[in-house]
Amino acid sequence: MDVGQMQRQWVDYMKSLFMEGLLDGQFLQLKQLQDETNPDFVVEVVSLFFEDSERLLNDLTIALDQTDIDFKKVDSHVHQLKGSSSSIGAQRVKNACIAFRNFCEEQNIDACLRCLQQVKQEYCLVKTKLETLLGLEQQIAAAGGSIPMMELSF
Amino acid sequence: MGMAAESQFHVLAVDDSLIDRKLIERLLKTSSYQVTTVDSGSKALEFLGLRQNDQIDPNTPPVSPGNHQEVEVNLIITDYCMPGMTGYDLLKKIKESSSLRNIPVVIMSSENVPSRINRCLEEGAEEFFLKPVRLADLNRLRPHLMKTKLKDQKPETQENPELEKQELDQIDEHLTLEPPSSQPQLDQQQSQQAVASNNKRKAIEQGLSSETDRTRPRYSGIATVV
Repeated sequence: MDVGQMQRQWVDYMKSLFMEGLLDGQFLQLKQLQDETNPDFVVEVVSLFFEDSERLLNDLTIALDQTDIDFKKVDSHVHQLKGSSSSIGAQRVKNACIAFRNFCEEQNIDACLRCLQQVKQEYCLVKTKLETLLGLEQQIAAAGGSIPMMELSF
Repeated sequence: MGMAAESQFHVLAVDDSLIDRKLIERLLKTSSYQVTTVDSGSKALEFLGLRQNDQIDPNTPPVSPGNHQEVEVNLIITDYCMPGMTGYDLLKKIKESSSLRNIPVVIMSSENVPSRINRCLEEGAEEFFLKPVRLADLNRLRPHLMKTKLKDQKPETQENPELEKQELDQIDEHLTLEPPSSQPQLDQQQSQQAVASNNKRKAIEQGLSSETDRTRPRYSGIATVV
């Protein structure tokens, strides 16, 4: 595959991520903050998001598995996950967290457990997609091409 | 155009989330500010040199003791929701401190809660940013920074014997140059003290390496105002 093909593929992939609501405008903000002085900014932040999310999802699983659930603690974990997903533009994870927090307030255990599954699903989906996207970017860079940001017309 | 002027502005960013610290640091650096980030309110106060009873020290000559931070940090931007000391607590501590209260404080929060926003503004916060903070939001920092810049220059333009700004310029020179031999002894002592504390601070500042960034040209302010 030549660079031009990969670049077109990248544009199509980005567009599909936005169409599906997996990413929102905040992800483009991150891209804007990346320049020659900080070529790995997006990769770094996205990796932090993966680490952070996996830790929090693990903590949430444990917290909701207790016989006496500490909903304040659960809410605090969800709050953090909502914050980091919104900071990188993982819109569907963020939305799932918002719903989750409402059920924390109600102390609705069943709904909280359902929300946890939903957040996990959304997280896994966006993680796979981001990995594919960033992998594609690496291939383009390795082939000497640049990321065609301008061709994203939103 | 604002590049040179803004790189003199030093912003202290406070957030417990590593992702958000990365983000705010990039946002501010992209806008040509000097940035120091810390992960809690208490570390912010430590960085600002806020101690109990730091106002009255008989050994310090009466040249605005403990006020050096006012020039060192031009603005504080802090997250609202943090474990331990919240952004609101930090804001109150800063506004209660005679040496820090003139530093503008901006609060960031992911939640759009009007009562929270009002509480912060009433307590003296200059702005309230909804997270995630965007590049466009940073334009709102400028007026507050310009305000402090003008305030800092007053001692220089008035015939004010306080010499606060000049004092600091001399300290900055000490960081890079040999101390001028003609300088009165009193000044040297103070400067050396300040250099020591500056060096301590320097160890904390990671992103802030170049000497030229630290050195404030004596009359740069005039260019900034115009």
